[in-house]
Amino acid sequence: MALTTKHLLGIKDLQTEDIQLILSTATQFKEVLQRPVKKVPTLRDVTIVNLFYENSTRTRISFELAEKRLSADVVNFTVSNSSAAKGETLLDTVNNILSMKVDMVVMRHSASGAPHYLAKHIDAAIINAGDGINEHPTQALLDAFSMQEKLGKIAGLKVAIIGDIMHSRVALSNIYLLKKMGAEVMVSGPPTLIPTFLKEAMDIQIEYNIDKALAWCDVANVLRIQLERQNQPLFSSLREYNLAYGITMNRLNKLNKEILIMHPGPINRGVEMDSDVANSPHSIILDQVENGVAVRMACLYLLTGRTNPA
Amino acid sequence: MTLISEQQLPSIVKRLAHQILETYPGLTNAVIIGLQPRGVYLSDRIVAALHNELPADQVQYGKLDITFYRDDVRRDLHLAKATDLPFSIEGKTVILIDDVLFTGRTIRAALDALLSFGRPSKVSLCVLVDRKPSRELPIQPDFTGKEMLDLTPYKVKVRWKENDGVDDVILLVD
Repeated sequence: MALTTKHLLGIKDLQTEDIQLILSTATQFKEVLQRPVKKVPTLRDVTIVNLFYENSTRTRISFELAEKRLSADVVNFTVSNSSAAKGETLLDTVNNILSMKVDMVVMRHSASGAPHYLAKHIDAAIINAGDGINEHPTQALLDAFSMQEKLGKIAGLKVAIIGDIMHSRVALSNIYLLKKMGAEVMVSGPPTLIPTFLKEAMDIQIEYNIDKALAWCDVANVLRIQLERQNQPLFSSLREYNLAYGITMNRLNKLNKEILIMHPGPINRGVEMDSDVANSPHSIILDQVENGVAVRMACLYLLTGRTNPA
Repeated sequence: MTLISEQQLPSIVKRLAHQILETYPGLTNAVIIGLQPRGVYLSDRIVAALHNELPADQVQYGKLDITFYRDDVRRDLHLAKATDLPFSIEGKTVILIDDVLFTGRTIRAALDALLSFGRPSKVSLCVLVDRKPSRELPIQPDFTGKEMLDLTPYKVKVRWKENDGVDDVILLVD
Protein backbone atom coordinates (compact mmCIF):
# COMPACT_ATOMS: atom_id res chain seq x y z
CA MET A 1 0.00 0.00 0.00
CA ALA A 2 1.29 3.43 -0.94
CA LEU A 3 -0.03 6.88 -1.69
CA THR A 4 -1.77 7.24 -5.03
CA THR A 5 0.03 10.50 -5.71
CA LYS A 6 3.65 11.51 -6.27
CA HIS A 7 3.19 15.02 -4.88
CA LEU A 8 1.12 16.46 -2.05
CA LEU A 9 -0.36 19.48 -3.80
CA GLY A 10 -3.79 19.53 -2.20
CA ILE A 11 -6.35 17.44 -0.36
CA LYS A 12 -8.48 17.76 -3.50
CA ASP A 13 -6.20 15.26 -5.30
CA LEU A 14 -6.07 12.70 -2.47
CA GLN A 15 -8.14 9.54 -2.18
CA THR A 16 -9.80 8.74 1.14
CA GLU A 17 -7.33 5.83 1.53
CA ASP A 18 -4.41 8.25 1.11
CA ILE A 19 -5.74 10.38 3.97
CA GLN A 20 -6.23 7.33 6.18
CA LEU A 21 -2.72 6.10 5.36
CA ILE A 22 -1.17 9.46 6.27
CA LEU A 23 -3.13 9.67 9.54
CA SER A 24 -2.27 6.12 10.63
CA THR A 25 1.42 6.60 9.76
CA ALA A 26 1.37 9.87 11.73
CA THR A 27 0.20 7.92 14.80
CA GLN A 28 3.42 5.87 14.65
CA PHE A 29 5.54 9.00 14.22
CA LYS A 30 3.84 10.61 17.18
CA GLU A 31 5.09 7.69 19.29
CA VAL A 32 8.60 8.22 17.86
CA LEU A 33 8.44 11.83 19.09
CA GLN A 34 7.83 10.63 22.67
CA ARG A 35 11.05 8.57 22.75
CA PRO A 36 14.21 9.64 24.59
CA VAL A 37 15.87 9.83 21.14
CA LYS A 38 13.33 11.47 18.82
CA LYS A 39 15.26 10.95 15.63
CA VAL A 40 14.99 8.05 13.17
CA PRO A 41 17.44 7.36 10.31
CA THR A 42 14.67 6.83 7.72
CA LEU A 43 15.46 9.66 5.26
CA ARG A 44 19.21 9.90 5.80
CA ASP A 45 19.84 9.74 2.05
CA VAL A 46 17.26 12.38 1.14
CA THR A 47 17.82 16.12 0.66
CA ILE A 48 14.88 18.47 1.02
CA VAL A 49 14.65 22.16 0.21
CA ASN A 50 12.14 24.33 2.05
CA LEU A 51 11.15 27.01 -0.42
CA PHE A 52 9.26 29.74 1.41
CA TYR A 53 8.11 32.62 -0.78
CA GLU A 54 5.80 33.81 1.98
CA ASN A 55 6.21 34.35 5.72
CA SER A 56 5.68 31.46 8.09
CA THR A 57 6.66 30.54 11.64
CA ARG A 58 4.84 27.35 12.57
CA THR A 59 4.74 25.62 9.22
CA ARG A 60 8.40 26.26 8.38
CA ILE A 61 9.67 25.20 11.80
CA SER A 62 7.33 22.22 11.81
CA PHE A 63 8.53 21.02 8.39
CA GLU A 64 12.15 21.60 9.30
CA LEU A 65 11.79 19.66 12.56
CA ALA A 66 9.95 16.85 10.76
CA GLU A 67 12.73 16.65 8.17
CA LYS A 68 15.46 16.67 10.81
CA ARG A 69 13.71 14.06 12.97
CA LEU A 70 13.74 11.86 9.84
CA SER A 71 17.50 12.53 9.34
CA ALA A 72 17.03 14.26 5.98
CA ASP A 73 19.47 16.95 4.86
CA VAL A 74 17.65 20.27 4.89
CA VAL A 75 18.21 23.45 2.90
CA ASN A 76 16.16 26.52 3.73
CA PHE A 77 15.27 29.20 1.25
CA THR A 78 13.41 32.38 2.10
CA VAL A 79 12.62 34.84 -0.63
CA SER A 80 13.77 37.94 1.24
CA ASN A 81 17.46 36.98 1.09
CA SER A 82 17.51 35.15 -2.24
CA SER A 83 18.03 35.88 -5.92
CA ALA A 84 14.27 35.89 -6.44
CA ALA A 85 14.57 39.46 -5.19
CA LYS A 86 16.86 40.05 -8.22
CA GLY A 87 14.14 38.92 -10.62
CA GLU A 88 14.86 35.19 -11.12
CA THR A 89 11.76 33.22 -12.11
CA LEU A 90 10.31 30.50 -9.87
CA LEU A 91 11.17 27.75 -12.36
CA ASP A 92 14.75 28.98 -12.77
CA THR A 93 15.24 29.16 -9.02
CA VAL A 94 13.91 25.64 -8.50
CA ASN A 95 15.84 24.10 -11.41
CA ASN A 96 19.02 25.66 -10.10
CA ILE A 97 18.38 24.19 -6.67
CA LEU A 98 17.47 20.78 -8.10
CA SER A 99 20.67 20.65 -10.19
CA MET A 100 22.44 20.51 -6.83
CA LYS A 101 20.72 17.10 -6.30
CA VAL A 102 17.70 17.85 -4.14
CA ASP A 103 15.05 15.12 -3.86
CA MET A 104 12.06 16.99 -2.48
CA VAL A 105 10.64 20.49 -2.43
CA VAL A 106 8.44 21.85 0.36
CA MET A 107 6.95 25.03 -0.96
CA ARG A 108 4.92 27.97 0.22
CA HIS A 109 3.91 30.66 -2.24
CA SER A 110 1.49 33.59 -2.27
CA ALA A 111 0.25 32.61 -5.73
CA SER A 112 -2.47 29.95 -5.82
CA GLY A 113 -1.37 27.06 -8.03
CA ALA A 114 2.38 27.78 -7.82
CA PRO A 115 3.26 24.22 -6.62
CA HIS A 116 0.96 22.71 -9.26
CA TYR A 117 2.82 24.68 -11.95
CA LEU A 118 6.13 23.48 -10.55
CA ALA A 119 4.93 19.85 -10.46
CA LYS A 120 4.41 19.97 -14.23
CA HIS A 121 8.00 21.00 -14.86
CA ILE A 122 10.20 19.16 -12.37
CA ASP A 123 10.73 15.55 -11.28
CA ALA A 124 11.27 16.04 -7.53
CA ALA A 125 8.34 15.36 -5.20
CA ILE A 126 6.59 18.56 -4.10
CA ILE A 127 4.73 19.22 -0.87
CA ASN A 128 2.48 22.25 -0.85
CA ALA A 129 2.99 24.16 2.41
CA GLY A 130 0.32 26.68 1.46
CA ASP A 131 -0.39 28.33 -1.92
CA GLY A 132 -2.22 31.67 -1.92
CA ILE A 133 -5.88 31.20 -1.11
CA ASN A 134 -6.01 27.68 -2.55
CA GLU A 135 -4.84 24.86 -0.25
CA HIS A 136 -2.71 24.07 2.81
CA PRO A 137 -2.97 20.27 2.83
CA THR A 138 -0.69 19.44 5.77
CA GLN A 139 -2.66 21.85 7.99
CA ALA A 140 -5.91 20.06 7.15
CA LEU A 141 -4.24 16.70 7.82
CA LEU A 142 -2.95 17.78 11.22
CA ASP A 143 -6.35 19.28 12.06
CA ALA A 144 -7.99 15.96 11.19
CA PHE A 145 -5.37 14.03 13.17
CA SER A 146 -6.00 16.25 16.22
CA MET A 147 -9.79 15.86 15.96
CA GLN A 148 -9.48 12.12 15.58
CA GLU A 149 -7.11 11.94 18.54
CA LYS A 150 -9.47 13.88 20.82
CA LEU A 151 -12.83 12.58 19.62
CA GLY A 152 -11.92 9.15 18.28
CA LYS A 153 -13.33 9.67 14.80
CA ILE A 154 -13.84 12.07 11.93
CA ALA A 155 -16.82 10.52 10.15
CA GLY A 156 -20.07 11.95 11.49
CA LEU A 157 -18.45 14.88 13.33
CA LYS A 158 -20.02 18.29 12.93
CA VAL A 159 -17.27 20.77 12.20
CA ALA A 160 -17.82 24.53 11.93
CA ILE A 161 -15.11 26.54 10.18
CA ILE A 162 -15.44 30.09 11.37
CA GLY A 163 -14.06 33.41 10.14
CA ASP A 164 -12.32 34.56 6.99
CA ILE A 165 -13.34 31.69 4.73
CA MET A 166 -12.76 33.57 1.49
CA HIS A 167 -9.03 34.16 1.97
CA SER A 168 -8.30 30.91 3.76
CA ARG A 169 -6.42 28.00 2.21
CA VAL A 170 -6.85 26.24 5.56
CA ALA A 171 -10.63 26.41 5.15
CA LEU A 172 -10.59 24.94 1.65
CA SER A 173 -8.23 22.08 2.53
CA ASN A 174 -10.25 21.32 5.64
CA ILE A 175 -13.52 21.28 3.71
CA TYR A 176 -12.10 18.87 1.11
CA LEU A 177 -10.70 16.59 3.78
CA LEU A 178 -13.70 16.58 6.11
CA LYS A 179 -16.10 15.86 3.24
CA LYS A 180 -13.91 12.98 2.00
CA MET A 181 -13.76 11.53 5.52
CA GLY A 182 -17.52 11.76 6.06
CA ALA A 183 -17.82 14.71 8.45
CA GLU A 184 -20.52 17.38 8.25
CA VAL A 185 -19.17 20.84 7.51
CA MET A 186 -20.59 24.32 8.17
CA VAL A 187 -18.85 27.61 7.48
CA SER A 188 -19.70 30.70 9.49
CA GLY A 189 -18.67 34.34 9.56
CA PRO A 190 -19.61 37.65 7.97
CA PRO A 191 -21.32 37.36 4.54
CA THR A 192 -18.56 39.45 2.98
CA LEU A 193 -15.98 36.78 3.92
CA ILE A 194 -17.92 33.69 2.76
CA PRO A 195 -18.16 32.90 -0.94
CA THR A 196 -21.77 31.67 -1.42
CA PHE A 197 -20.82 29.24 -4.20
CA LEU A 198 -19.19 27.03 -1.54
CA LYS A 199 -22.61 25.81 -0.42
CA GLU A 200 -23.34 24.11 -3.72
CA ALA A 201 -19.81 23.47 -4.93
CA MET A 202 -18.72 21.73 -1.74
CA ASP A 203 -22.06 20.55 -0.36
CA ILE A 204 -21.68 22.37 2.97
CA GLN A 205 -23.89 24.59 5.12
CA ILE A 206 -23.48 28.35 5.54
CA GLU A 207 -24.58 30.01 8.78
CA TYR A 208 -24.12 33.75 9.32
CA ASN A 209 -25.14 33.62 12.98
CA ILE A 210 -22.11 32.60 15.01
CA ASP A 211 -24.12 31.47 18.06
CA LYS A 212 -26.18 29.11 15.90
CA ALA A 213 -23.02 27.72 14.35
CA LEU A 214 -21.48 27.09 17.77
CA ALA A 215 -24.68 25.44 19.02
CA TRP A 216 -24.63 23.10 16.00
CA CYS A 217 -21.02 21.95 15.99
CA ASP A 218 -18.80 19.45 17.86
CA VAL A 219 -15.64 21.21 16.70
CA ALA A 220 -15.09 24.90 15.94
CA ASN A 221 -12.06 25.56 13.75
CA VAL A 222 -11.53 29.30 14.04
CA LEU A 223 -9.54 31.10 11.33
CA ARG A 224 -7.47 34.24 11.35
CA ILE A 225 -8.70 37.40 9.67
CA GLN A 226 -6.19 37.70 6.84
CA LEU A 227 -5.88 41.45 6.56
CA GLU A 228 -2.83 41.07 4.31
CA ARG A 229 -4.97 39.45 1.62
CA GLN A 230 -7.88 41.92 1.86
CA ASN A 231 -7.48 44.86 -0.48
CA GLN A 232 -10.84 46.41 0.36
CA PRO A 233 -12.78 46.87 3.61
CA LEU A 234 -14.92 43.74 4.16
CA PHE A 235 -16.09 44.54 7.69
CA SER A 236 -16.23 47.78 9.64
CA SER A 237 -13.59 47.29 12.34
CA LEU A 238 -11.71 44.57 14.20
CA ARG A 239 -13.56 45.55 17.39
CA GLU A 240 -16.89 45.14 15.68
CA TYR A 241 -15.79 41.83 14.14
CA ASN A 242 -14.96 40.59 17.62
CA LEU A 243 -18.38 41.63 18.94
CA ALA A 244 -20.29 39.96 16.12
CA TYR A 245 -18.13 36.91 15.27
CA GLY A 246 -15.36 36.55 17.87
CA ILE A 247 -15.25 33.37 19.96
CA THR A 248 -15.63 34.52 23.57
CA MET A 249 -16.00 32.61 26.84
CA ASN A 250 -19.43 34.20 27.12
CA ARG A 251 -20.53 32.54 23.86
CA LEU A 252 -19.10 29.15 24.89
CA ASN A 253 -20.71 29.30 28.34
CA LYS A 254 -24.13 29.77 26.74
CA LEU A 255 -23.83 26.37 25.04
CA ASN A 256 -25.03 23.44 27.09
CA LYS A 257 -22.20 21.24 25.78
CA GLU A 258 -18.44 21.14 25.39
CA ILE A 259 -17.00 21.82 21.98
CA LEU A 260 -13.44 21.51 20.75
CA ILE A 261 -11.79 24.81 19.81
CA MET A 262 -9.12 24.78 17.12
CA HIS A 263 -7.10 27.49 15.40
CA PRO A 264 -4.35 27.05 12.79
CA GLY A 265 -2.43 30.07 14.14
CA PRO A 266 -1.25 32.72 14.30
CA ILE A 267 -4.07 33.92 16.55
CA ASN A 268 -5.18 37.52 16.56
CA ARG A 269 -6.15 37.49 20.24
CA GLY A 270 -9.16 39.66 20.90
CA VAL A 271 -10.25 39.59 17.24
CA GLU A 272 -11.43 36.16 16.04
CA MET A 273 -10.81 34.58 19.44
CA ASP A 274 -10.45 35.92 22.98
CA SER A 275 -7.37 35.10 25.02
CA ASP A 276 -9.26 33.18 27.70
CA VAL A 277 -10.77 30.90 25.03
CA ALA A 278 -7.38 30.22 23.42
CA ASN A 279 -5.96 29.33 26.85
CA SER A 280 -8.99 27.32 28.03
CA PRO A 281 -9.22 23.51 28.30
CA HIS A 282 -11.58 23.58 25.28
CA SER A 283 -8.69 24.66 23.11
CA ILE A 284 -6.42 22.08 21.44
CA ILE A 285 -4.40 24.71 19.61
CA LEU A 286 -1.03 23.59 21.00
CA ASP A 287 -1.90 19.91 20.41
CA GLN A 288 -2.42 20.87 16.76
CA VAL A 289 1.09 22.33 16.63
CA GLU A 290 2.58 19.25 18.31
CA ASN A 291 0.74 16.90 15.96
CA GLY A 292 1.90 18.95 12.97
CA VAL A 293 5.41 17.52 13.22
CA ALA A 294 4.20 13.89 13.29
CA VAL A 295 1.78 14.47 10.39
CA ARG A 296 4.48 16.13 8.28
CA MET A 297 6.90 13.28 9.06
CA ALA A 298 4.24 10.89 7.76
CA CYS A 299 3.80 12.91 4.54
CA LEU A 300 7.55 13.12 3.93
CA TYR A 301 8.04 9.43 4.65
CA LEU A 302 5.19 8.27 2.44
CA LEU A 303 6.18 10.55 -0.46
CA THR A 304 9.93 9.83 -0.39
CA GLY A 305 9.25 6.12 -0.09
CA ARG A 306 8.21 6.34 -3.73
CA THR A 307 11.07 8.31 -5.20
CA ASN A 308 13.11 5.31 -6.40
CA PRO A 309 10.83 2.28 -6.61
CA ALA A 310 12.80 -0.94 -7.10
CA MET B 1 6.04 -28.55 2.73
CA THR B 2 5.70 -28.41 6.50
CA LEU B 3 8.80 -27.53 8.53
CA ILE B 4 7.11 -27.38 11.94
CA SER B 5 3.73 -29.03 12.42
CA GLU B 6 0.77 -27.87 14.48
CA GLN B 7 1.62 -30.62 17.03
CA GLN B 8 5.27 -29.54 17.33
CA LEU B 9 4.78 -25.77 17.62
CA PRO B 10 3.40 -25.60 21.21
CA SER B 11 6.28 -27.78 22.50
CA ILE B 12 8.84 -25.53 20.82
CA VAL B 13 7.22 -22.38 22.28
CA LYS B 14 7.27 -23.98 25.73
CA ARG B 15 10.91 -25.00 25.33
CA LEU B 16 11.93 -21.49 24.26
CA ALA B 17 10.14 -20.02 27.31
CA HIS B 18 11.92 -22.47 29.59
CA GLN B 19 15.31 -21.82 28.00
CA ILE B 20 14.81 -18.09 28.51
CA LEU B 21 13.95 -18.71 32.17
CA GLU B 22 16.90 -21.05 32.59
CA THR B 23 19.28 -18.34 31.34
CA TYR B 24 17.50 -15.42 33.09
CA PRO B 25 15.96 -16.91 36.27
CA GLY B 26 12.81 -15.05 37.30
CA LEU B 27 13.47 -12.65 34.43
CA THR B 28 15.26 -10.46 36.97
CA ASN B 29 16.21 -7.19 35.30
CA ALA B 30 15.16 -8.64 31.94
CA VAL B 31 12.43 -7.53 29.52
CA ILE B 32 10.77 -9.25 26.56
CA ILE B 33 10.35 -7.32 23.29
CA GLY B 34 8.52 -8.78 20.29
CA LEU B 35 9.26 -7.40 16.81
CA GLN B 36 6.37 -6.07 14.75
CA PRO B 37 4.59 -7.30 12.83
CA ARG B 38 5.05 -11.09 12.84
CA GLY B 39 7.46 -11.61 15.73
CA VAL B 40 4.68 -10.45 18.04
CA TYR B 41 2.65 -13.61 17.45
CA LEU B 42 5.55 -15.68 18.79
CA SER B 43 6.30 -13.29 21.66
CA ASP B 44 2.60 -13.35 22.67
CA ARG B 45 2.84 -17.17 22.95
CA ILE B 46 6.14 -17.12 24.81
CA VAL B 47 4.86 -14.49 27.24
CA ALA B 48 1.73 -16.60 27.83
CA ALA B 49 4.02 -19.57 28.62
CA LEU B 50 6.12 -17.40 30.96
CA HIS B 51 2.96 -16.34 32.80
CA ASN B 52 2.49 -20.01 33.73
CA GLU B 53 5.85 -19.94 35.51
CA LEU B 54 6.06 -16.41 36.92
CA PRO B 55 3.76 -13.83 38.53
CA ALA B 56 2.45 -11.54 35.78
CA ASP B 57 4.17 -8.44 37.18
CA GLN B 58 7.60 -10.07 36.74
CA VAL B 59 7.13 -10.33 32.97
CA GLN B 60 7.77 -6.95 31.34
CA TYR B 61 6.61 -7.17 27.75
CA GLY B 62 6.78 -4.64 24.91
CA LYS B 63 6.48 -4.46 21.13
CA LEU B 64 8.89 -2.76 18.77
CA ASP B 65 8.39 -1.71 15.16
CA ILE B 66 11.60 -1.28 13.16
CA THR B 67 10.18 0.11 9.89
CA PHE B 68 11.82 3.53 10.23
CA TYR B 69 15.23 1.91 10.80
CA ARG B 70 15.25 -0.41 7.77
CA ASP B 71 18.11 -0.27 5.27
CA ASP B 72 15.77 -0.72 2.31
CA VAL B 73 13.34 2.17 2.88
CA ARG B 74 14.05 3.56 -0.56
CA ARG B 75 13.47 0.26 -2.37
CA ASP B 76 10.06 -0.52 -1.04
CA LEU B 77 7.55 1.35 1.10
CA HIS B 78 6.82 -0.39 4.37
CA LEU B 79 4.02 0.57 6.70
CA ALA B 80 4.75 0.90 10.37
CA LYS B 81 2.88 -0.86 13.16
CA ALA B 82 2.61 0.33 16.73
CA THR B 83 5.62 0.45 19.03
CA ASP B 84 4.69 0.01 22.67
CA LEU B 85 7.48 -0.12 25.23
CA PRO B 86 5.81 0.75 28.56
CA PHE B 87 9.08 0.50 30.55
CA SER B 88 12.67 1.72 30.46
CA ILE B 89 15.28 -0.57 28.91
CA GLU B 90 18.20 1.36 30.44
CA GLY B 91 20.62 -1.13 32.02
CA LYS B 92 18.26 -4.09 31.42
CA THR B 93 18.68 -7.33 29.53
CA VAL B 94 16.48 -7.17 26.45
CA ILE B 95 15.26 -10.44 24.97
CA LEU B 96 14.25 -9.72 21.36
CA ILE B 97 11.79 -12.12 19.78
CA ASP B 98 11.15 -12.60 16.05
CA ASP B 99 9.67 -15.41 14.00
CA VAL B 100 12.29 -16.04 11.29
CA LEU B 101 15.96 -15.04 11.37
CA PHE B 102 16.98 -14.80 7.72
CA THR B 103 19.50 -12.21 6.46
CA GLY B 104 19.87 -10.58 9.89
CA ARG B 105 18.95 -7.14 8.53
CA THR B 106 15.76 -6.85 10.59
CA ILE B 107 17.71 -7.53 13.78
CA ARG B 108 20.34 -4.98 12.78
CA ALA B 109 17.53 -2.43 12.44
CA ALA B 110 16.02 -3.56 15.74
CA LEU B 111 19.33 -2.99 17.56
CA ASP B 112 19.43 0.50 16.07
CA ALA B 113 15.81 1.15 17.12
CA LEU B 114 16.42 -0.12 20.66
CA LEU B 115 19.11 2.48 21.22
CA SER B 116 16.50 5.23 20.79
CA PHE B 117 14.98 4.03 24.06
CA GLY B 118 18.12 3.77 26.17
CA ARG B 119 21.22 1.66 26.65
CA PRO B 120 20.43 -1.95 27.52
CA SER B 121 23.15 -3.85 29.39
CA LYS B 122 22.65 -6.84 27.12
CA VAL B 123 20.52 -7.83 24.13
CA SER B 124 19.75 -11.45 23.38
CA LEU B 125 17.76 -12.93 20.52
CA CYS B 126 15.10 -15.62 20.38
CA VAL B 127 13.70 -16.88 17.05
CA LEU B 128 11.41 -19.69 15.97
CA VAL B 129 13.22 -20.47 12.72
CA ASP B 130 16.91 -19.81 12.04
CA ARG B 131 17.84 -19.79 8.35
CA LYS B 132 21.52 -19.73 9.18
CA PRO B 133 23.06 -20.24 5.71
CA SER B 134 21.29 -17.11 4.40
CA ARG B 135 22.83 -14.70 6.88
CA GLU B 136 24.20 -11.44 5.44
CA LEU B 137 25.31 -9.87 8.74
CA PRO B 138 27.19 -11.25 11.78
CA ILE B 139 24.08 -11.86 13.89
CA GLN B 140 23.22 -15.14 15.66
CA PRO B 141 20.29 -16.17 17.86
CA ASP B 142 20.65 -17.19 21.53
CA PHE B 143 17.44 -19.22 21.61
CA THR B 144 16.38 -21.11 18.49
CA GLY B 145 13.19 -23.04 17.80
CA LYS B 146 14.54 -24.87 14.77
CA GLU B 147 17.65 -24.37 12.67
CA MET B 148 17.31 -24.85 8.91
CA LEU B 149 19.65 -25.91 6.15
CA ASP B 150 19.98 -23.81 3.02
CA LEU B 151 16.44 -23.19 1.81
CA THR B 152 17.15 -20.66 -0.96
CA PRO B 153 15.24 -19.63 -3.01
CA TYR B 154 12.19 -20.60 -0.97
CA LYS B 155 10.29 -18.52 1.57
CA VAL B 156 9.62 -19.73 5.11
CA LYS B 157 6.14 -18.79 6.28
CA VAL B 158 5.21 -19.02 9.94
CA ARG B 159 1.42 -19.23 10.26
CA TRP B 160 -0.48 -18.35 13.42
CA LYS B 161 -4.06 -19.16 14.36
CA GLU B 162 -4.80 -15.49 15.19
CA ASN B 163 -3.90 -14.37 11.69
CA ASP B 164 -3.68 -17.36 9.35
CA GLY B 165 -6.12 -19.82 10.93
CA VAL B 166 -3.47 -22.46 11.66
CA ASP B 167 -0.31 -22.83 13.79
CA ASP B 168 2.60 -24.18 11.74
CA VAL B 169 5.66 -23.35 9.68
CA ILE B 170 5.68 -24.12 5.97
CA LEU B 171 7.98 -23.74 3.01
CA LEU B 172 6.55 -21.57 0.23
CA VAL B 173 7.64 -22.09 -3.35
CA ASP B 174 7.23 -18.77 -5.21
